[in-house]
Amino acid sequence: MAKVTFIPGSGTLAAYLSGEIDHHAAQSLRKEIDAQIDDRLPELLTLDFSGVTFMDSSGVGLILGRGRHIGALGGRLTVQNPPRAVRRMLDLAHITYA
Amino acid sequence: MKMLNQVKITFAGRSVNEGFARAALAAFLVQLDPTVPQLADIKTAVSEAVTNCIVHAYPDRIGPITMTAAIYEGGVVRITITDRGVGIPDIAKAMEPMFTTGDAEERAGLGFAVMQSFMDKVKVSSAPGRGTRVTLTKRLDARA
Repeated sequence: MAKVTFIPGSGTLAAYLSGEIDHHAAQSLRKEIDAQIDDRLPELLTLDFSGVTFMDSSGVGLILGRGRHIGALGGRLTVQNPPRAVRRMLDLAHITYA
Repeated sequence: MKMLNQVKITFAGRSVNEGFARAALAAFLVQLDPTVPQLADIKTAVSEAVTNCIVHAYPDRIGPITMTAAIYEGGVVRITITDRGVGIPDIAKAMEPMFTTGDAEERAGLGFAVMQSFMDKVKVSSAPGRGTRVTLTKRLDARA
């Protein structure tokens, strides 16, 4: 079960992800994040993975898809605080993080 | 190689069962006392294989997925994930990183690359129209 909590700022939106991100969870996370992007049109979207306990390549698809979505609207995306298991997946996909 | 224990589970190819497959496998492997990274590797590889069945093998129906996990002497774990779906016409092509026949906007095309990276050995056999079997093998070295 994965969850996402949003903290909006001035021109920014932080999405704090938690739980297990697989293909099942990614479907609802995608809808929730895209709805926030479309509603707030942030210049910078930060995806925070500090609360994520499991992630397979569906999480990579989730990141790439949100990057395309916000990019098409003129914004950009960053990834931060991935735990060890998530870092391994991000490294494999050549996704950089802070 | 002598088999020490085995479990076989068949479940519906619904995405909610991806988490069930990982949890069931983790419960079975507890007897090997795996490290957290070892267990994470195996759970990730199995999650990829099960997701492939749900997304690709059964694109327009819910079909059965069978997971068999076996423990052999020497700490070797072998897991097979079998479906009765559409099959893979070109296995070499399907295993190329970034290749996907799914939704290219949302699928990374990394499933097989992850399995190969996280396991010691990945074997795929498939017959178009009859299904696919993925065999994942990993030796869990004794704790230091």
